[in-house]
Formats: sequence, C-alpha cells, structure tokens
Amino acid sequence: MLRFLGRRLWQIVPILFGVSLGAFAFLHAIPGDPARLLAGPDATLAEVQAVQARLGLDRPLPVQYGYFVRNAVVGDFGRSYRSGDPVSRVLAEHAGPTLELSVISTALAVVAGMTLGTLQAVRRNTLPDYCSTVLSVAGISTPSFFLGLVLIYVFSVNLHWLPTGGMTQLQSVVLPGITLASASAAVIARFTRSSLLEVLGEDFVRTARAKGVTERRVLVRHTLRNALIPVVTLVGLEFGFLLGGAIVVETVFSWPGLGWLLVQSIDFRDYPVLTAEILLFSVEFLAINLIVDVLYAALDPRVVYR
Amino acid sequence: MRRVPPSDPRDDARRAPAARGSLARFFRRRTAVAGGVITATFLAVTLLGMWVTPYPPAAADYNQTLAPPSLAHPMGTDDFGRDILSRLMAGARYSLGMGLSAVTLGAAVGSLWGVASAFHGGFFDNVSMRAADILFAFPGILLAIAIVAVLGPGLTNVVIAVGVFSIPTFARLVRGPALAAMGQEYVEAARAVGAGGARIMLRHLVPVALPPIIVYFTLRIGTAILTASALSFLGLGVQPPTPEWGAMLAAGRLFINVAPQLVIAPGVTISLAVLGFNLLGDGLRDALDPRLRV
Repeated sequence: MLRFLGRRLWQIVPILFGVSLGAFAFLHAIPGDPARLLAGPDATLAEVQAVQARLGLDRPLPVQYGYFVRNAVVGDFGRSYRSGDPVSRVLAEHAGPTLELSVISTALAVVAGMTLGTLQAVRRNTLPDYCSTVLSVAGISTPSFFLGLVLIYVFSVNLHWLPTGGMTQLQSVVLPGITLASASAAVIARFTRSSLLEVLGEDFVRTARAKGVTERRVLVRHTLRNALIPVVTLVGLEFGFLLGGAIVVETVFSWPGLGWLLVQSIDFRDYPVLTAEILLFSVEFLAINLIVDVLYAALDPRVVYR
Repeated sequence: MRRVPPSDPRDDARRAPAARGSLARFFRRRTAVAGGVITATFLAVTLLGMWVTPYPPAAADYNQTLAPPSLAHPMGTDDFGRDILSRLMAGARYSLGMGLSAVTLGAAVGSLWGVASAFHGGFFDNVSMRAADILFAFPGILLAIAIVAVLGPGLTNVVIAVGVFSIPTFARLVRGPALAAMGQEYVEAARAVGAGGARIMLRHLVPVALPPIIVYFTLRIGTAILTASALSFLGLGVQPPTPEWGAMLAAGRLFINVAPQLVIAPGVTISLAVLGFNLLGDGLRDALDPRLRV
C-alpha cells in the first residue's frame, strides 16, 4: 500500500511540473506589462523599470520561472492588483464559501443520484425507470446557469421563499446547492444504474438468490456494496469538478467563493490572483484524483497495488 | 468535462434478441432515434435561420418591447422589441457552430496526436502521453476561461478555448486502438510495400479508431455547446448584440421579473439542442461501440 502511494505521488511530479510551467506561461502570455500596470498610467520609464526590477521581471525567463516556483511552493503569489492584499489571503477568504457549497451539493448529489440510480436498476424497464432516466438525461443537458435562473424565478421572485443570491443567511445555500448538485446527481444516477445492473448479473447474486436470501438482503449486502465501488470514483471526481466548476453557479448566485472570484479577477485583470487560482484548482484536481485512486484500491480487494 | 456512463446495452438485447448490424441496433432504440430527430431539426432550423427568419433578428421595435408570447411573436420580444424566435434562429449558427467547430478542432488535433504517439512509440509516446496528462489536469471550463483570458473574447477564441480541452481525451481514445493495430500483420505488410509513416497513420491506423471517435465526437458536442454558452453567459465569449444563445440569456437575466421568456426561451433552446446531441451520442455508442466508457 505504501509503495503504491509512493508510486502515485511520484507520477504526479512531472504533471505538477507541466502545470506550473503552464501557469507561468499563462502569466507571461496575457496581454499587457504587469510592471506598467502596477506603476500606473503616468509612470516614467525609470519608474516602470524600477518596478520591473523589484518584481524580478528584468531577469531571464528561466530565472523568473525559478522564483515563481519557489514562491508558489511557500504560497507567495504576490499581491492582488485589485485590493493590494496578499493573494494567499484573498484566496483563503473565498475558499470557505466554495468548500461549503461543494460539500453540501456533493452530499445532495450523492443521496439523490444513488437513490434514483438504484430505483432505475431495480425497477428496470418500468415507468419509474423511464421517468428517472429522462430526468437524468435532462439534468445533464440543462446548463447550470439556466437552471439557477429558473430556480431564482420560481422560489425567489414569485414565491419569496429564498434569497436570490449572496451569502447573507443560512438559507442562501439552498438554491446554488441544488443547482450545482443537479448535473452531478444525474451523472451519478446513470452510473449507479449501469453499475448495479452489471453486478446484478453476476453469478454470486444468482447463488445468493438460489439459496433463499431475501431480495432486500441480496440488494443491500451482495449487490450495492460491490456496485458502489466505481461510483465512489465518480463521486470523488464530481467533487473535484464541483470545487472547480462552481464558477458559473457562483456567478449566477453572487456566491462569494473561488469561482466568483475567478470571474471578478478576469474582469479586473487581476493576474496574480488568476494565476494562483489556476494553479490551486489544478493541484486540487490532481490531489482528488490521487485520493480517489487510493480509496478505490482500499475499497476493492481485487485491486492489486503495484 | 462530464463523463456520461453508458446505459446498459443488455436492456435492448433482451427485448429483441438478434441484432443485425449497427444500423438496426441504432434504430431499435427509441431514445437514439429521438436524439437523431432533435439534432436534425436543429440543423435544419440553423440552415433556415441563415436565410429566413420571421423578423429581421436585429430589427428593434420600440412599441413592442418585452411583449409576452403572442401570435405575432410566438416567443415574445426582448427589451429592444426584437423578436426572440428570429434571434434564436439567427443565433443557432453561432451556438451550434461553435460547439461543432470546437469538437472538430479537438478531434482533429487529438486524433493526430494519439496516432502519432502510438506510431512512434517508445520515448516519444511516453512524453506525449504525459503532456496529455498535464492538459487533462486542468478542469475543462477553467482551461477554457484561462485561454479566453489570454486570447480575449470572441467567436474564434471561444472555439479554440473549448476545442483545446477535448484534445487529450481524443488523443487517448485514438492511441489505444492504434497501438493495438500496430502489432497487426496488415500494418507490417503496408510497411513492407513501402508505405510511409504518414500513410500508415492516416490510412491504416486512424480508421481502426473511427468508431470511438464518432461516438465521442457526438457526445462531446453537447458539452462543447454548454461550455461555449457558459463562456458567453459569463461575458467572456461572444458579445452582444450577436444573438448567441448564452449571451441572449445573460442579457435577459435583468428582465426575469417582468419578462421571463427572455431567459426561458434561450435556456430551453440550449437544453434541447444539448439533449439531442447527448441522446444521439448515446445511441451511436450502443450501436457502434457498446463497451466505450468516456
């Protein structure tokens, strides 16, 4: 197990290198000279050069990349152009809301998706199966910004039950949570269905039935446990998507998380924040992938660690 | 980037035992046929919208602003009094066009990448697949947003941004079958009669991977349309007054209290178009490549 972990960690190193190179290239590809931007519109050439020297922008690119990596490792991404605060503090302020939203919507998606998927598999080719299958395909096809606006129209504008956006009260999380969860729930439902159907066709299920195990017990003890292994992988990946993919939903509901911050940073050309966010999301995505792999190996005794 | 798990092909195998050919398998699935019909309708309306629309899509009528749906305006009018149906029809070429072009770009580059990787093998294969892993490490919409932030908003840049994140998936999808074909005798024979590398790759290796390419291509268009319209919704993609659906929805947001049709009409249109491509893709997968999981 430890060797397996070590191997997977080792495999991440070149990917991390590439990702950091990508983020560095991004920082340099964006139009506009950051030194000129920082120095202000009336700055003289000497002032701009002073800023360049302070930021290390007059050094050769490989040296700059070295500084970039060193600073990134200790979490120093410079200061936000917009607020002047250190980027790490800005990110920390917005990480909480995103984490809250992702955890709540993942929980929602798992409960709704697995229930729906199990229902579809057990009642295969009946009306409930068709209905929930249509529901899950529709869930995948509806853009989240549209669903979010429809929910706002129904529950905020017309019924006045819930706030339209922001993070002012406890109920604020309900609508963005449902919006974010819907597409994931649909994917989890479809996956649960096909995974369950696969296991239900196995020999050991037939054996269990043949020796008179009740259908409920067959489902809970013999089938669900095995069928849920691949679903765990999917849930982990979906969680990763939710953490990074809340960009649109957070914008619709003015939820002050990392996704909302990302869009704001683009509008304000706040490149230090933008670069740090891209790096953060990618590292997070890699970490979740790793955790999922390990979890998968831990859950399925047939997986051999190599 | 959503992985859509396949529906169980055995469902249909049970209902009609002997399936003869992919075409028969495709037409036996009602949802697949429905997807085909929806997609064909959308493509027809897109073509029609390039020549005729009920009203000129940019014509403002200030006596008719924010009008609810009526016989004269089946989907109502927007804040400038422009006919929403006409704008949706005229905008189809942008919304669907961006999705199609983006996936075409991703499929072309990704397939060449994958087949070259399999053909050359060894160190090159190793490095190029690691590069694909790196591209894979960026969550899709984030990559698209980063690219648009560098290139600036606009139609072409959205196509590039959305296309790029399909590349690594196509590369992996093509590499597998191509690698398997490399060991086959017909490739050896082609080499023996003096076929060059390019010829072997394009004529002998790419066709092997064609079924998964077609399936994934179709499934991917839905995602691409969603991502492109999301970029426009965020103000990073196609800009108003272009009647792109995501941009229309973003503009209509302000009037949701008084004229919900400004949001509902483009929203339902996007959902239906994506639904059509998803159902069609699912059907094609079951017909062509039932074991494919993407």
